[in-house]
Amino acid sequence: MSRIQARFEALRRAGRKALIPYVTAGDPDPQTTVPLMHAMVEAGADIIELGVPFSDPMADGPVIQAACERALRHHMSLRRVLEMVAEFRRDNDETPVLLMGYLNPIEAMGCAEFSAAAQQAGVDGVLTVDLPPEEAGELVAGLRTHEIDPIFLLSPTTTDARVARIVEQAGGFLYYVSFKGVTGATRLDVDAVAEKVGHLKSIAALPIGVGFGIRDAESAARISQVADAVIVGSALVRHIAESTDHPETIKDKVAEELRAMRAAMDAKQPAAAVS
Amino acid sequence: MSTPTEAMAPPHFTDLPDANGHFGPYGGRFVAETLMEPIEELRQAYEKLKNDPDFQAELDRDLHYYVGRPSPLYHAERWSNHLGGAQIYLKREDLNHTGAHKINNTVGQALLARHMGKTRIIGETGAGQHGVATATVAARLGLECVIYMGAEDMKRQSSNVYRMRLLGAEVVSVESGSKTLKDALNEAMRDWVTNVDNTFYIIGTVAGPHPYPAMVRDFQAVIGREARQQIQAQAGRLPDALIACVGGGSNAIGLFHPFLDDRDVALYGVEGGGDGIETGRHSAPLCAGRPGVLHGNRTYLMEDDDGLITETHSISAGLDYPGVGPEHAWLKDSGRARYVSVTDNEALQGFHDLTRMEGIIPALESSHALAYATKLAPTMRRDQIIVVNLSGRGDKDIHTVAAHEGIEV
Repeated sequence: MSRIQARFEALRRAGRKALIPYVTAGDPDPQTTVPLMHAMVEAGADIIELGVPFSDPMADGPVIQAACERALRHHMSLRRVLEMVAEFRRDNDETPVLLMGYLNPIEAMGCAEFSAAAQQAGVDGVLTVDLPPEEAGELVAGLRTHEIDPIFLLSPTTTDARVARIVEQAGGFLYYVSFKGVTGATRLDVDAVAEKVGHLKSIAALPIGVGFGIRDAESAARISQVADAVIVGSALVRHIAESTDHPETIKDKVAEELRAMRAAMDAKQPAAAVS
Repeated sequence: MSTPTEAMAPPHFTDLPDANGHFGPYGGRFVAETLMEPIEELRQAYEKLKNDPDFQAELDRDLHYYVGRPSPLYHAERWSNHLGGAQIYLKREDLNHTGAHKINNTVGQALLARHMGKTRIIGETGAGQHGVATATVAARLGLECVIYMGAEDMKRQSSNVYRMRLLGAEVVSVESGSKTLKDALNEAMRDWVTNVDNTFYIIGTVAGPHPYPAMVRDFQAVIGREARQQIQAQAGRLPDALIACVGGGSNAIGLFHPFLDDRDVALYGVEGGGDGIETGRHSAPLCAGRPGVLHGNRTYLMEDDDGLITETHSISAGLDYPGVGPEHAWLKDSGRARYVSVTDNEALQGFHDLTRMEGIIPALESSHALAYATKLAPTMRRDQIIVVNLSGRGDKDIHTVAAHEGIEV
């Protein structure tokens, strides 16, 4: 069983929902990232999603674009992201780590070489934003060979026929994009998400995480009532952006935001109180 | 059902792309999941209208009465004699409405947008020619229009920015990344994914996710179809070579495509060599890049060892792009077309040569094709023929040329 599967299984038994924070690796500088990952675990993160900085992050809004630019100023690269995961793994062998990024840096390294290096570093899942299942054969084969879950996106425009095709290739969990738009936008409609996620659960067996537009403890809690996982990115990266002059304060600010989300989510789950 | 022999026979170049939008290993669809279904709807709508005689008649009418087609094929005799080799004919896309080939495509896509019931048009632009051509057709059809343009390009092409605004378009300055065409494309994609219900994205070149490379090519292929008839009418035979500049590659593929199966016609695509390929400051992915994935398709890209897209340079804003249409990538690998580059300075010389010798001020993009013609023509016989695509007029570039020469206009 993969670390991601094991984590969802344990959460299900405990009656809790997964909290998945996203930060861009190397933002605002490479020294910040690994300590920040540990701080997020301590604050209640169940899975860590690490963004691989890319020069042309087409699916991201201004907050994560700026994060990529800050990281790239420090010459971050996919190889250095893998080094960070390996460093994190020295002190944490349990928390799943998921990479989120764009295809070109992976292709530049080579799908097979990347998959092997990612497994070696301790990566558990890879989400490639601009790689739909139609084109994903080579990378998915590489990831599967190295026991890494290929994570795929679903969106409000995804038809049932496409869901079936995506589920064939997907592992770990399904990442439902809550609205039509880019990361960090403010268009979250919880009722619409609930309806779509309910439908997806009826046709797909994997756990379903919801991301895009979750900005605070309240929206995290509401989404946790309808989904298996809550993914939060821009709301955390915003704290990093505000603290680039004092990177030593970033850990505390991000952890504080996460703890509030964790508490609000757990309060909505009756089973969590008894576990 | 195909016999084994047919299955093994090499495909005609004009058969591509395949059903999934692939030109050999290039092309395809590499976009976020939210766009996959809308892109498929676009493909279906286009496939249906492409073979609809009423739609084609409507398009032909617009191309004739609004764009001014057919554009002339002009024998540049004085310039040909000066170079002392092959006879050079210019396909005068600069004489189209709005001054470049870009309108052939925007007229077609705008008709498609209207048939699909979309009320809002977005586009990206580098030199501003595609932006102007998009704002023009949006004004004519009464559609809302937003154009994304890199902040750097807005400085270089301020008169085109004003033209777009006169036409009623909102021009959004893109401040991210290198502030040029690739960043404008990123921003247009972000708008599209957000407003996909009512918005039609008119991509200006033969790149992007399937069906854009094939669809834009089909709309631009009118250039080559006309040129093929015109040269036969004027010279009694097909040309020996075609030359066109390549940024994304829409004017080049438009000229080349109807000649792809005429194997005796040599095809030359000319990329922006900037300060010279050896300096690294250029916009020549086919000459000096490698295959990768950007903006929805697999193609040749300018990227570093980590797969990050590198900044490009060309004196011509329309060539300043790190990728290229996937069909060009395929034509390069298959050897059917040859891709070369000329430097900024060589392009400027081509600009001046044509202006002084033929009384035609060419766009800096097209000047790259002209500069390569000055190299190729003298190596050929006087009874041989080159057709150069004069893809746009140079009025928009006079400030750039003047500034480069230290002149204040």
